[in-house]
Amino acid sequence: MPEFDLARSEVRELNQALHALQRETNETHWKVRNPGGKHALAVGLDLPITVEIDGHAGYYCAGMNKEATVIVSGNAGVGVAENMMSGEVRVKGDASQSAGATGHGGLLVIEGNASARCGISMKGIDIVVKGSIGPMSAFMAQAGNLVVFGDAGEALGDSIYEARLFVRGKVSGLGADCIEKEMGPEDREALEGVLAKAGMDGEVTPDDFRLYGSARRLYHFNIDNVDAY
Amino acid sequence: MNDHSHQHSPRTLPRYSATFDQHSISEIERAAATGIYDIRGGGAKRKVPHFDDLLFLGASMSRYPLEGYREKCGTDVVLGSRFAKKPIELKIPITIAGMSFGSLSGHAKEALGRGASAMGTSTTTGDGGMTQEERGHSKTLVYQYLPSRYGMNPDDLRQADAIEVVVGQGAKPGGGGMLLGQKISPRVARMRTLPEGIDQRSACRHPDWTGPDDLEIKIEELRELTDWEKPIYVKVGATRPYYDTALAVKSGADVVVLDGMQGGTAATQEVFIEHVGIPILAAIRPAVQALQDLGMHRKVQLIVSGGIRNGADVAKALALGADAVSIGTAALIALGDNDPKLEAEYQKLGTTAGAYDDWHEGNDPAGITTQRPDLEARLDPVKAGRRLANYLAVLTLEAQTIARACGKNHVHNLEPEDLVALTVEAAAMAKVPLAGTNWIPGQGGY
Repeated sequence: MPEFDLARSEVRELNQALHALQRETNETHWKVRNPGGKHALAVGLDLPITVEIDGHAGYYCAGMNKEATVIVSGNAGVGVAENMMSGEVRVKGDASQSAGATGHGGLLVIEGNASARCGISMKGIDIVVKGSIGPMSAFMAQAGNLVVFGDAGEALGDSIYEARLFVRGKVSGLGADCIEKEMGPEDREALEGVLAKAGMDGEVTPDDFRLYGSARRLYHFNIDNVDAY
Repeated sequence: MNDHSHQHSPRTLPRYSATFDQHSISEIERAAATGIYDIRGGGAKRKVPHFDDLLFLGASMSRYPLEGYREKCGTDVVLGSRFAKKPIELKIPITIAGMSFGSLSGHAKEALGRGASAMGTSTTTGDGGMTQEERGHSKTLVYQYLPSRYGMNPDDLRQADAIEVVVGQGAKPGGGGMLLGQKISPRVARMRTLPEGIDQRSACRHPDWTGPDDLEIKIEELRELTDWEKPIYVKVGATRPYYDTALAVKSGADVVVLDGMQGGTAATQEVFIEHVGIPILAAIRPAVQALQDLGMHRKVQLIVSGGIRNGADVAKALALGADAVSIGTAALIALGDNDPKLEAEYQKLGTTAGAYDDWHEGNDPAGITTQRPDLEARLDPVKAGRRLANYLAVLTLEAQTIARACGKNHVHNLEPEDLVALTVEAAAMAKVPLAGTNWIPGQGGY
C-alpha cells in the first residue's frame, strides 16, 4: 500500500501523485499519514481508488471527488466532499460547516456531527450524518437525500428545491418553503437505499425518520409569498 | 372686458416634475398594479460620470507621437503570470465578460466564441455551467466559479483555460443571479439540476466559504484540483475597490476583475441595478492604488468592465492602470441585440430598439437573450461571430490610434498623465487634472 507522509511532503505532491495515476494502476489503496489538518487533501480524484487519511483533515478534503473512496479517520474541516460527483467519502469524526456542499452525486457519511450548512445547495449527493447537523443545513438543496440520525438546527431546508431531508431527531425550525411531508413509497425506498449504501440499514428503520421537503410555493414570484422572499 | 380676459391671458405650459419624472410615475403605477419590483436586464441606465468625461492630451511640444500607420503599437496581454503554470496570452486587451448559457441562447454563445477566437481573445462562461458548443468555439475560455455552482464539475474545470471566482458583479454587488421560468428550458434545467419552468434565484454568497481568509483556502483547493496550471481570477462588483482588490490579492488571485455599475446582468431588480455599486470610472484608480501599494501592479493583472463602448474607452481604462477590459453589453449589440431593423417587433413587446432590456422574458427578437428555438434560429452564429470580430478589431485599432498619438508603442504604456477631465467629478474620481488646470480635486490640500 503506497503511503504518503505529510510531515515530510507537501500537499501538492500528494495530489499530483494521485492525479497522475492511470485507470489501470495497481496502486489502488493509499494511506496518508500526519495530515495535520492540512487543506485540500485528496481533491479532484477521478479513479476508483481508496485513500485513507490517518488523522484530521482541513478545508475541502476530497473536494470534487469522482469514483474514489476517501476515508478520514479524524475530523474534517469546512466543505468536506464539496461538489462531489461520485464515489464515497467517510468521516469517522465530526465535520465542520458546508459538508457535502453542492455535491452532485456519490455518498458522504459523517459518523459524528456536522456543523452549519450541511448539504447546502446539494445537487444529487446522498449524505448520512449519524450525529446532528447545524443551522441552515440543506439551504437551497436542489436534489439528493440528506439523512440525519440526530437533530437538525434552525432553518432546515430554507428555499429548498427537490432534495429530500430525512431527520430522526428534533428539528429546531424549518426554513422558508420547507415543510414536513408524508413519506411515500418512493421516499421510503430512497431512504432505505441510502442507508444500505452507507452500511447502516441494520442500525435504524425508515419508520424512525420524518421527511421534509419543498412546499414549492417559491417556484414562481408571487406577491402573496412576499414574507418569504 | 373682464369677462373675456381669462381667454386671452398667457398660461403656463404643463410642467413635468424633475423629481417625479415620467419614468418615475410609470414605475409607481406599475408597482401599484403588480405589487412586485421591476426586473430587467442590462446595466445602469442613469447618467453617471464615465469615460466620456476624460480626454487624452495627445502629443505636443513635450511629447513625441508615433506614426499612425507605420510604427508598431502592441496590444498583447498576459493574464495570470503570478502563480499559474499556464498563464493566458491574448492578442488584444479586450475580453468577453461572463454570460451564461441560459441567459443567452446557444447560438449567441457560439457567436461570442467565434468572434473572440478570431481576434485572439477569451470568452467567459456564466451562471449555468459550460456547454460543449462554447468550449468548442472558444480558443480561450474562462470558467466562472459562482455561488450557485450550477453545472460545476471537475472535468469542465480542467477543460477551462482560467477560472474566475465570482464574488459579485457591477449590476448587482451583493445579489445573486436570476433566471425566470420562461428561460428554464429542459436543457437549461438539466444543466442546473432544477425543475423546468421555475423562477430560479441563485445564491448571493458562496456555499462553502465566507470572507478573504476562507477564499484563500478555496483558491488553494482550485489550484490543487487543476495542478496549479490555471490562472485564477477574482471578480468583484465595484463598491469598495481599494479593499476588495487588496483582499483579492491577499487571497491569492492571479487576476482581479472589477465590474462597474454600468455592467450588464441577465436579470435583476431595477432598483439594484440603478442604486447599488459605483461607476467604473470611480473604481479603477483605487484598485490600481491597492495593487501599487502591495507592489503588485502589472504582477496581478486588473481587468475592468462596465460601459466599454469604443476604443477610446478601452484606451482610457488602460491609461488609468488596467491591464485589460471586458465587454458584455457591447458584445451583444455587436451580435445584433437592439437592432433598429427589428423595430416593429420591439414595438410589439412594448419597447423600442435601443431600449429593449426585458432579457429575462426570453422573447428577444434578435435570438440572443432567449431559449426559444424559433427565435434562436434567427441568429446566424457565423455571421454574428464575424460582426463581433469586426467590432473587436475596431476597438483595438481605435485604442492603438490614441496610444500612438500619445507616443506609446504599446497600449499598456498609456498613463494617467495622458489624461485630463472635463468635469470636477471625473477629475476627482479618475484622479487626473481638470482640463486646462493642474487641479486634481482632493489632492494638494483642497
